[in-house]
Amino acid sequence: MSDSDALKKPVPLPDADSRVYWEGANQGKFMFQRCNSCGKAQFYSRSLCSHCQGKELQWLAARGRGKVASFSVVHRAPIRAFAADVPYVVALIDMDEGFRFMCNVIHCDAQAVRIGMPVKVVFEERPGSSQKIPQVELM
Amino acid sequence: MKSKAIISGVHDTKVGALPQSTCMSLHTEAGLGAIEDAGLKVSDVDGLLTAYSFTSPQLMLGSVFAEYVGLKPRVSASISMGGVTAGLLVAQAVALVESGKCRHVLCLTGDNRLTGLGEKVQAMLADVGHPQYEQPYGMSVPAAFAQAAQAYMHEFGMTHEHMAAVAVNQRANAAKHPNAHMKKPITMEDVGNSKMVASPLRMLDCCLVSDGGAAVIVSAGDAARDLPKTAVRILGVGEGYTHEHIFMSPSLVDFGCKDSAATALGEAGLKHADVDCAHVYDCFSSTLLICLESMGFYQRGEAGGAALSGEFAIDGRFPLNTNGGLLSYGSSGAAGGMFHVVEAVRQLRRECGERQVKDAEVAFAHTLGGIFSGHCSIVLGRI
Repeated sequence: MSDSDALKKPVPLPDADSRVYWEGANQGKFMFQRCNSCGKAQFYSRSLCSHCQGKELQWLAARGRGKVASFSVVHRAPIRAFAADVPYVVALIDMDEGFRFMCNVIHCDAQAVRIGMPVKVVFEERPGSSQKIPQVELM
Repeated sequence: MKSKAIISGVHDTKVGALPQSTCMSLHTEAGLGAIEDAGLKVSDVDGLLTAYSFTSPQLMLGSVFAEYVGLKPRVSASISMGGVTAGLLVAQAVALVESGKCRHVLCLTGDNRLTGLGEKVQAMLADVGHPQYEQPYGMSVPAAFAQAAQAYMHEFGMTHEHMAAVAVNQRANAAKHPNAHMKKPITMEDVGNSKMVASPLRMLDCCLVSDGGAAVIVSAGDAARDLPKTAVRILGVGEGYTHEHIFMSPSLVDFGCKDSAATALGEAGLKHADVDCAHVYDCFSSTLLICLESMGFYQRGEAGGAALSGEFAIDGRFPLNTNGGLLSYGSSGAAGGMFHVVEAVRQLRRECGERQVKDAEVAFAHTLGGIFSGHCSIVLGRI
């Protein structure tokens, strides 16, 4: 790995399961699936419902509102690409539509984040990549 | 009904920084050591179960080892399930000997991660994060476990002091083990002053990275009479799985350990209170407290207080991780969990010297893989 590669953050490689999600992010939409059989939401998107194994899934756009289920302030980055960002917040977000995902809480004082805080989804652009990344900000 | 499987031999190598070691040298030392401990010859081993290596990744690690030492097993498999693997090797070996497929199964782990990989280990471990939904966010393994710890502090009042007490106790235990990686005593203040890694976890809340290897031999129950040493009976084994990635876990406070412990204790026909010493996977101090409560050894919010009041000490009410655990004894990939199994066997054989838990009759060993993703519990009894 060259020095400049080591400083690039991992970019998601969309596949057949996730293309709608990542293309949605590029258009400013947080897409998720709901099962037509059992009615439950799921994240991440798949070829079947992980609750009931139903095959009929519909894509919906989330409102983009949720709450911090838990978080950690990272002081030691796992790879060099994130070293300049410390301290940064990794968080589990419970979305109003009934699913959980992981992201960073950005544009905030890392020490101010608490469990239960309301957040809204934003889409982060990263240097050297055309893929926008879903993130959250405190409300 | 056939008699239950036994552990006939155990061995662990030195742990720590072993710059001369290789993946194969650690496997060889641990494997042959366990065979000798059981009073067997290499040719007596008819089953071989190995784990995986970061330093020397192999498609067929078991075959590489068998070829290296000249072992020709009738059954061979390598299992790659992260930290839970050591327990799974024992669980699969039990099935092999109790079904009559094998008589002596060597369960073998080891890796020279410290001197073989150095700083690269953290990046390799972070690679377990989901490539699309976790890695783009800079999730480290400590950060993943830290989110569960943060939730537990919020919900059940776990504190920094509770976690620190775990680390301090285990360092004191490691000081009593001749082979431990870290023996220098630490205080509560040392833990609190150590560098923050991923809040609330500080450096001394995190397990070590060590070179080392460990092996056990699981044998048919009727082999016990031929053994040079006290045999240890495997009374019950259980597994539990709920998710792979932490954001998919159905709960942040209950995990597969709840089922694995219930299954293992149920199969043994024993209760939590029957356990004389526990050897529970401790990749982080918080992980241990959360698992103890999820498994039912303590009520919600009570394990931390027990740590603070000294209940986990070797002469305490609930002797825990008497070798010092992954936090202080050593953590060498899949061998981290196997060190716990080896220590459990030694406790029941009453070989632990100043670490010996008085009158230990029943031991509980537990391994964990992923981010609380896979669990294996093993109940062992003195024959």
